[in-house]
Formats: sequence, C-alpha cells, structure tokens
Amino acid sequence: MNAAEPVPEQAASWTVRVRRAIDRHLPMDHLLPVRQPYYVGSWVYVFGVITIAALVWVVVSGVVLAFMGPQWWHDSSVGRFFNSLHFWSVQLFFIFMVLHLWGQYFMAGWRHGRAATWAIGVVIFGVSILTAFTGYLSQQNFDSQFIAVNAKDAMNGAGVGAFFNVLNFGQMYGLHIMLLPIGVTILVVLHIVMVRARGVVKPIDPEGGTRS
Amino acid sequence: MDSPTTYFHWGFILISVPNLLVIAGMIVLFAIALVAPFPHGGEGEDERR
Repeated sequence: MNAAEPVPEQAASWTVRVRRAIDRHLPMDHLLPVRQPYYVGSWVYVFGVITIAALVWVVVSGVVLAFMGPQWWHDSSVGRFFNSLHFWSVQLFFIFMVLHLWGQYFMAGWRHGRAATWAIGVVIFGVSILTAFTGYLSQQNFDSQFIAVNAKDAMNGAGVGAFFNVLNFGQMYGLHIMLLPIGVTILVVLHIVMVRARGVVKPIDPEGGTRS
Repeated sequence: MDSPTTYFHWGFILISVPNLLVIAGMIVLFAIALVAPFPHGGEGEDERR
C-alpha cells in the first residue's frame, strides 16, 4: 500500500467505535473548555478544584513517605515535615470536599442527567474516609495503636473483623498506600471527566423562570 | 499540647472545641464564598445542560 493513501476506517473495528464514542460524548472543547457559563463565576465552584489540589499534595507527600518509611518520618526533621504535609493536606482535602458537597447539595448538582456524577462523589467520600482511617492506623505510634485497639470492637461488631483486621499493620498499611488511594484517584478522574462531559449544572431558577 | 482538649456539651450534643471551630470555620468560609465577588466573571459560551 502506498504510504500517502488514506487508510479506510473499519466501522467494525472496536478502536474506531471507541474513538467515535469519545468524540461524541467528550470532545476536546468539553474536556478543556476556554470559557465557562456566566453562573460559574462564583467562589463556590472553586471548592472542588481546591479538593483536587489537596489530593495532589496528599499523593505526592504520601509517595515520599512510602518510599522513605516509618523510621524516617518519625525521627528526621525532613521526615516529620513530610508527615505533617501529608496530614494537613488530608485535612484540607476533607474540609474542601465537604464544602464542595454542601455547594452541590444546595444547587442540586444531580439534575439533568448528573445522578451518576453525584453518586460517584458520594462513593469517593466513603472511600476517602476508609483511606484516612487506614492512614491513622499506619502512623506507627501510640495514637495508631490506641485507635486500632478501640476500633477492633467496632469492626467485629459490624461483622467485618474477620477480613478487615485493624490490629494488622501490614494489612492496613497495604490498603492505605496501594488499594484505597488507587481507588480514590480512579474515581476522582471519572468524576471530573463526567463533570466535563456534561458541563456544570445550571443554577435552580437562574433568571426568575420556572424550576426545571 | 499533651493535655486533653475541652469539650462543648449542650443537651445531646457533645463535641470537642477544636472540631467545633473547624465546622464553624467551614460554615463561615461557605458563606463568604456565596457573597464574595468573583473576578473575571464574564459571560461564557459554554451553555451545555
């Protein structure tokens, strides 16, 4: 075949079908828009972005902590700095995630086909709590031991103690640095892509009209 | 720093003062975000539903 000839697209090819579906549902001007609707001009819409920024710092500081280990983050000044960076970026992550939740709740962000986006946000909140909980158990100090010893009864009472043992540091640490953060990150990416695919929800009654 | 924190106790509500301050700060921040003017808030072209 001549290299200059255009290659005919095979409609039956799954790569072509996937590409067309992406073009249809998520064109680049939706994914990376230049301008936003007038109603997005409010600080309430910044809470979600700050949550993402905090998550980036959580992951970056977490990678450093995982690489260097507990001895380092307890004993060296730089280690304690990264330990604090990890802790306080998590605090900001949760504070701004809840502020984002309040904003979306009061503007009913699930309207006009955005129910799945809202539901994934709820799941992110739940998985984030579990990630933070296993993080508290992974500190390797008296605080983490106190939390583990007290939490074990709650876990046993809830019926999950057989496969979720809060006294097992290896299990909690593995969940905290591998499985759960990957889950949170994938869900956050999915959440953002879904927001970009449909755009930001219109305010309720933006110009004195009827509710829709 | 090592001493136990104080708690706010009102009826069935029992919460540590630091946690109460965080929640109060979040409510204040949310209120400010609603009323504070946003820079460059021009009309956009993206009108998707």
